[in-house]
Amino acid sequence: MRTIIFRFTAPYLTSLMVLFSVFVLLRGHNEPGGGFIGGLIAASAFAIYGIACGVAPVRRALYFHPLAISACGLFFAVIAGLLSVFTGQGFMTGLWAFPAILGGDVGLSTPLLFDIGVYLVVVGSITSIALALEERESD
Amino acid sequence: MAEIEATTGTLALALPFLAAALAPILRRGLGHHAAWLLALAPAVAFAILWSTVPRVAEGEVLTFGYEWIPAFDARFSFRIDGLSSTFALLITGIGTLIVLYAGGYLKGHRDQGRFFSFILMFMGAMLGLVLADDLLTLFVYWELTSITSFLLIGFDHERERARRGAIQALVITGGGGLVLLAGVIAIREWTGLHSMTEVLAAGDALRDSPYYTAIFILVLGGAFTKSAQMPFHVWLPNAMEAPTPVSAYLHSATMVKAGVYLLMRMQPALGDTALWTTVLPAFGAVTLVVGALLAVRATDIKITLAYTTVASLGLLVMLIGVGSETALIAAVLYLIAHSLFKGGLFMVAGSVDHSAHTREIDQLGGLGRAMPLTFAAALLCALSMGGLTPFVGFLAKEEIYHALEYGDAYHIALLVAAILGNALMFAAAFIVALKPFVGKKPETIEHPHEGALTIWLGPLVLGVLSLLGALFYGTYHELFSSPMASATVGEPVEIEIGWIPHLNLAFALSMATVALGIVIYLASTGIRRATSGFLSALGWGPDHGFDQAMRGLLRFAFALTSRLQSGRLDYYMTATVIVIAAALLVPMAITGAVPAEPKFPDLRFYEWVVLALIIVGIVAVVIAKNRLTAIVSLGIQGFGVALMFMLLGAPDLSFTQFMVETLSVVILALVMTRLKLSPADHRPLRETLPDAALALAGGIGFGLFLLLITQRPFDPVLSDFFERYSYAIAHGRNIVNVILVDFRGVDTMGEIAVVMITGLAILALIRIRVGRGGKAQPDPTETTP
Repeated sequence: MRTIIFRFTAPYLTSLMVLFSVFVLLRGHNEPGGGFIGGLIAASAFAIYGIACGVAPVRRALYFHPLAISACGLFFAVIAGLLSVFTGQGFMTGLWAFPAILGGDVGLSTPLLFDIGVYLVVVGSITSIALALEERESD
Repeated sequence: MAEIEATTGTLALALPFLAAALAPILRRGLGHHAAWLLALAPAVAFAILWSTVPRVAEGEVLTFGYEWIPAFDARFSFRIDGLSSTFALLITGIGTLIVLYAGGYLKGHRDQGRFFSFILMFMGAMLGLVLADDLLTLFVYWELTSITSFLLIGFDHERERARRGAIQALVITGGGGLVLLAGVIAIREWTGLHSMTEVLAAGDALRDSPYYTAIFILVLGGAFTKSAQMPFHVWLPNAMEAPTPVSAYLHSATMVKAGVYLLMRMQPALGDTALWTTVLPAFGAVTLVVGALLAVRATDIKITLAYTTVASLGLLVMLIGVGSETALIAAVLYLIAHSLFKGGLFMVAGSVDHSAHTREIDQLGGLGRAMPLTFAAALLCALSMGGLTPFVGFLAKEEIYHALEYGDAYHIALLVAAILGNALMFAAAFIVALKPFVGKKPETIEHPHEGALTIWLGPLVLGVLSLLGALFYGTYHELFSSPMASATVGEPVEIEIGWIPHLNLAFALSMATVALGIVIYLASTGIRRATSGFLSALGWGPDHGFDQAMRGLLRFAFALTSRLQSGRLDYYMTATVIVIAAALLVPMAITGAVPAEPKFPDLRFYEWVVLALIIVGIVAVVIAKNRLTAIVSLGIQGFGVALMFMLLGAPDLSFTQFMVETLSVVILALVMTRLKLSPADHRPLRETLPDAALALAGGIGFGLFLLLITQRPFDPVLSDFFERYSYAIAHGRNIVNVILVDFRGVDTMGEIAVVMITGLAILALIRIRVGRGGKAQPDPTETTP
C-alpha cells in the first residue's frame, strides 16, 4: 500500500481531514456533526497516515500517547459536568456564555466542552487501536 | 430522647480519620514522637464522649445524624446510650494508650507512619460501628473494620504468614459482613425498621415476624464470624501475625467485640426466644472450653492470649444467650473487665517480645528483675483475668456464677463449661504473666530491659484501672456498667456487686475455679503435650479446612471459567446469535404477536439502486472466496445503508454510519493481516449450513421485531419535547447532538468511558499476544496456588 503517490498525499489528506473533523465538531450543535463523528473522522485520518507512512511518524505527530488523549477527553467531559455543580445547580446542567468575539456572538458552553471531551475520547481510543494493529504489521 | 450537638458528635467520629490522614506527614516530621500528637485525636474524642457520660448514666439517649439517601430512608445517624457509650469510651481510651504504645513499640520502623494511619482509621471505623444508629450506617462501619483489620494484620506484607492471616480474616469477617448486610436488608424490608432506635422501640416486632428465624441466622452470621465463635475462630490466632499493638487493640479490646456488641444491642429485640437461648449458649460454651484448652496448649504467649480471647468471646456469647438479667449483667461486667486486662496483657506480651526477642514460653524466665514495671502491670492484669478480688474480673466472675446457679440441666451444663473455661483461662493468665518474669533467666536472653515510658504506660494504666474499678465499684457501676446493662437488658438495671466477697455459692464456685486453675497451671506442660498429641492425631482442623475451602473455590472457579470462556471467538459468536435469535423469536412464537404484512412503499428509481447495492453487498459477502473481498463487500453493504439514512432524512446517522463503516473495514483488514490467516476459508457444507441457518434466524428475528415496533402507534411525547426545547433551553438546532451532549449527557459520559476502557483493553490484548508469541492461553498452574 505504500506507493509513492499515497505516501506523498497522505500527510495533506490527513491534515485536511483533521481540520474538517474540528469543523464538524464545532458546527455540531446546530448542523449535522458533533464530537463523535468528528472523532471518527480524525481517527481515520490518523489511521490513513499510519498506513501510508508507518506508525512512528504518527506517534511523533501526536506527541501524546493516544490513550492519554482519550483520558484527557474523559477528564474534560467530567469537568464539563461538574462545573455546574460549583454554581449550585445539578450535575451536567448546561452553562452558556455569549461573548462577542470579532464582532460576532460566539456561543461558549459546557456542552461544547463536553463535546470536545467526546471528540478526544473517540480520537484517542480508536487511534490507539488502529496504531497498535498497524505497528504489528510492520514489525 | 435528647439531641446532642451534632457538630461535637461528628467531630468525635471524624477525629480518628483526620489523624489517620495526617499520620504519615507527622511521622516524617517528628519521628516516633508523632505518637504523642496523634494520641490527642482519640483522647479528645474520649473527652467529648466523657462529657456525655453523666447524661447517659441517667438513662438519656443522645442521637444525631444526617440525611444520606432519603429516597431509601437511609440516614447517617448515631446513637449514644449506655451500651454504645461504654464501648466508645473503651475504644477511644484504650486507643489513646495503643497509639502511644505503637509509638514506642514500632520506634524506627520504616512504615510506622502507615501503621499509625491504619490503626487510627480502624479506630474511626470501630467508633462509628458502636455509635451507629441507622442499620446501613452500622453495616458501612462494620465492613470498614474488616478492611482496616485486613490492612493491619497484613502490615508486614512481605511475610507470607502475615498475608495469609490477613486474607483469612478478610474472607471470614468480610463474608460474615455480607451475611449481616443480608440481615440488615431483611429487617428493613420485612419489618420496615431502619435504625437501632426503631428496632428497640418496636418491642416484639422482630420476634413476632414470620421471618424471625431468617433474621436471627443472618444477624448471627455476622456476629459469630466477627466475634470468632467456633468454627469461625481460626482467623483470630492467625491474626497474631500483626504487630502487637494491633493484637492488643483489635483482637482483644475492640474489633472482636463487635459481634458481641451486635448481640447485646439486638438482645432486647431478638433475644428471649427458644432459638436464642439454645443456639447462643451452645456455640458459646463450646467456644469457651475449646478456646481455653487451646490457649493452654499454645507455646507462644501471644497465641495463648489469642485463644483466651476466643474463649472469653465464647463466654460472652454464652451469657448473652442465657439472657436473664443477671446473665446480661455478668456479660457486661466481663466485657469491660476483659477489655482492660486483655489489652494490658497483650501489650505486656509485646514488651516481653521486644525485650527478650522471643515469645516462646519455654525460652522465657527471670525477666521480673529487669522489667519491674511491666511485671507489675502483668500481675495486675492477670489477677483481674484470674478473677481474684479486688479486681474487676472478680466482680464479673461472681456475677457469672450468680447467673448460672440454678439446679436444672441447662444451667448445670453451662456452669460446668464456665468453671472449666475460667480455670483454664486462670492458668493461661499466669502462664503469660508470671512464667516469663520468675525463675531462672535462660542463657538465650541477652539484654533484658524495661521499655520506654510509652511501652509500659499502657499496660500499667489498664492494670491499675482494673483495680480501681473494683475498689470504687459504686462509681464504676453508676457511670458504666449499670447504664450499659440497662441498654442490654432493655430496662433500667442497678448493679450492686462489690469487691468484698460474701460467703455464698458463687464465691465457693469461684474458689473452686481458682483451685482448679492452680492445678492446671502446675500441670500445664503435661496438658500441653496431651492436647498437642490429640490434635496431631486428629490431623484436621478448621484452619486446614479453610485452606481446603479456598483451594476448592479456586479450582471450581477455574473449571467454570475455562468452560464458559473457551477463548474461541466463533464459540462466543454462535452463543450470542443463538441467544439473540431466541430472545426475539420465542416470545413472538408464544404470544403470536407477529407483525402484519407491511405495505410496500413506492420507491423512486435511485432508492431502488441503493437497495440493489445493499443486496449485492450482502450476496458478495456470502459467496466471497477471499476474506479481504468479504470485508470490503461488507463495507459496500454498510455504505448502502448509510446512503439510505441520508435519503430518508437522517444526516447525522448517515454521517456516523459512513465513518463507522470506513473504520470497520480498515480495522478489520488490519486485524486479518495481523492474524496471519490463510486468505480464504474453505469449510465443508455441513459446517456452514448450521451457521447460515442461525444467521438467518437472527436476521429474520430482527426484521420481524423492527416491523412490529414500527407498526405500533407512534408516541410523539419525546420528539415533541426535544423539538420544542432543543433550541429554547439548550441553544442547539441539531436535536441529535443536543440530546447527546446535553439532555442525555450523563449517558454519553458513561458511553465514552466505555469507549476508553475498551480501547485500553484492546491495546492490552494486542500487547499480550505479541509478548507470548501469539499464544494467550491462561496457564492453569499460575492461577491455583
